[in-house]
Amino acid sequence: MSAATEAKRPGETVKGGRLPKPALPPWFEKALVPILLIAAAFLPFFFESGDTFVQTCTQALAYVVMALGLNIVVGFAGLLDLGYVAFFAIGAYTAGYFGSGFFSKVGGGEGWHFLVGGTAAKLPGIHVNFLLILVLAVIATAIAGMIIGLPTLRLRGDYIAIVTLAFGEIIGRIAINGDSIVIGGQPLTAGRQGISPVDKIDLPGLAPFGLLDLRPWYWFALVLVGFVLFVNFRLRDSRLGRAWVALREDEIAAVAMGVPAVKTKLLAYATGAAMGGIAGAFLGSFLNTVNADQFQFYFSILVLAMIILGGLGSIWGVVLGAIALSFINTWFIPDVINSWPGKLGLDFDATQITFAIYGFLLVMMMLLRPQGLLPERRHKMELAEHAETSDETLYTAQA
Amino acid sequence: MEAASIPAGPPVSQRVRALVGTYGLTLVLLALPLYYAISDLVHDGNLVRLGENLTAGISNGAIWALVAIGYTLVYGIVELINFAHGEVFMIGSFVSAAFFMTLGLTKGASAIVLFFGLLLTLCVAMLASGMLNAMIERVGYKPLRTAPKLAPLITAVGFSFILQNVGLLWKGGSQQGIPDLINAQHTVVTLFGITIENADVLSIAVTVPLLLVMTTFISRSRLGKAMRATAQDPEAARLMGINVDTTISLTFLIGGMLAGAAGLIYALYQTTIWYFQGFTGGLIAFTAAVMGGIGNLRGAVLGGLIIGCIQQISDNRIGSAWTPAVVFSYLVLIMVFKPSGLLGEQTRDAG
Repeated sequence: MSAATEAKRPGETVKGGRLPKPALPPWFEKALVPILLIAAAFLPFFFESGDTFVQTCTQALAYVVMALGLNIVVGFAGLLDLGYVAFFAIGAYTAGYFGSGFFSKVGGGEGWHFLVGGTAAKLPGIHVNFLLILVLAVIATAIAGMIIGLPTLRLRGDYIAIVTLAFGEIIGRIAINGDSIVIGGQPLTAGRQGISPVDKIDLPGLAPFGLLDLRPWYWFALVLVGFVLFVNFRLRDSRLGRAWVALREDEIAAVAMGVPAVKTKLLAYATGAAMGGIAGAFLGSFLNTVNADQFQFYFSILVLAMIILGGLGSIWGVVLGAIALSFINTWFIPDVINSWPGKLGLDFDATQITFAIYGFLLVMMMLLRPQGLLPERRHKMELAEHAETSDETLYTAQA
Repeated sequence: MEAASIPAGPPVSQRVRALVGTYGLTLVLLALPLYYAISDLVHDGNLVRLGENLTAGISNGAIWALVAIGYTLVYGIVELINFAHGEVFMIGSFVSAAFFMTLGLTKGASAIVLFFGLLLTLCVAMLASGMLNAMIERVGYKPLRTAPKLAPLITAVGFSFILQNVGLLWKGGSQQGIPDLINAQHTVVTLFGITIENADVLSIAVTVPLLLVMTTFISRSRLGKAMRATAQDPEAARLMGINVDTTISLTFLIGGMLAGAAGLIYALYQTTIWYFQGFTGGLIAFTAAVMGGIGNLRGAVLGGLIIGCIQQISDNRIGSAWTPAVVFSYLVLIMVFKPSGLLGEQTRDAG
């Protein structure tokens, strides 16, 4: 919308086209990561190890990983992806395929086992060490990300959105109806019934994680978040990260400057997808089921809302947005809001209006702070324009 | 003779690409009908089954065309995927079902009573949906005109959730049967062995006049001209004295009205309604709009009809559980072969 370029947004102080001053000095930002991670590591000690709060936090951390992944595609590279749930699904099914009794006929009913201990070593089905599952999930989702990215390379903004949405829905459909695709006596997925149980995370040198002791899960998720944060920061400041931003802001100029558009975009898809795969595999094991009902369009929107709420392209913003929305989703609406009518003495089941509350929150958040909680510096100046280049942006580009 | 060796036309790779662009799409679109036409001919010796699929597909697609126009109008003018539009369509169904039940229309009512009752219901549904859509625009999108582009998308999703919840509270979580007022399955006429039912006739009889009125309105009237001007360049339109805000509101109103009409037809056609119909229907209709070329009214209609046929063929032959996957695969293929849609997009970016 060209009206948007002219209008001054509140809270924006662009003078002479320069970037606004960074909110945090770079050294402080680098120091903040370990400090916050270590502080977060002590959190579960204040709660009992089976507390639902620890579970909520663990899930929130997994969502942080996912949101950071989507942020690479949407925030850095400016490719609106509405089918991110596909990577969650592929990651979770990797965990389900390689760490459960799903392929019960494999190895003559004995099963295949690879570097697993504990009870999993005696069960039928394929059982692979969880770290290897993570690697497999990364490979599978990165390839899937590139395949989904390929048809969108020639497309503009919202068309990318609709094609990725289409892929997300196709994969969701395959997950739901996969139980009727039987290849050699083996269904493709377990459909709505779900693949369950899924192997617990089994790290070398440690006992397998338990269902009741949630602290190790939390710490493992925290390590994943730390890893993904590190990758995100390094990528953002790297040549590749700058190439993504350049493509986002002006594709024609970026290509003229020698940025390989195809490779750069595909790498964005692959990296973003790989992080979704990591989170997916973790959630598959943590939730102990890989159920087709998890992989709905709604979920893509949830993750997208996280990064938009936090501030597109801003790593800290995305972390904040993911934690906020996941708490709203798994704790605030089901636990807190649902207790209000009872307290007020009303005979009303608030679970019926969960969706409406969620929708209302989304609308209010956007109306009050459309640029996100912690907007990225460059985006603040830039975002009113589209990710793609039009003649207008080419000629009237700010000096 | 150096000069002679320089090829006159574009290089081979470009010519191949142009060929794929022109004929690849046609091939993709015809693949499913052709395959089943051949298999029908081989198994039954005639094309009755495919013909019935296509008849049902066209009448069903007419509904999607009405919804798709709402998407395409809104996208053309504010470049926003109005995710709440599918829910507006759903609310249109609910309002019309509730209204004709309050009117006391029953299956046995005489034809004249039924006709005027349904006409009144159509007006009410169109009005309700149109106002709802315009209200959503006023509350959710207008304050965000100057905000980042994705912000209104999220409010749209927010409204879509709210409306879904309204539908859930209103009629419950399961499919609700409603009185079969028009005797939907009753055969009107049989042509070459293909039965045409009441529902097909109704769908066409309501859709075609509406579409004609709408296209005439947009291409001939002052307000329609203002809409097209705003879609092309809001700034210039404003300078020419067009009230852009009113025009955008009007666009949402018209889109909502068409969705309301589609809601009534859908309710009578399917004789069941449920709160989730807006979500799936909305995605299908949006796919139709993109397929035809977004911003393009004729494209939306064509896309709607094609999607309707694909849907019917897939429901009938492959299984309705797979229909969304089939529809979306088609969408991806069309995007690969002709990214601007079948009839070409008409948006600011496309120029």
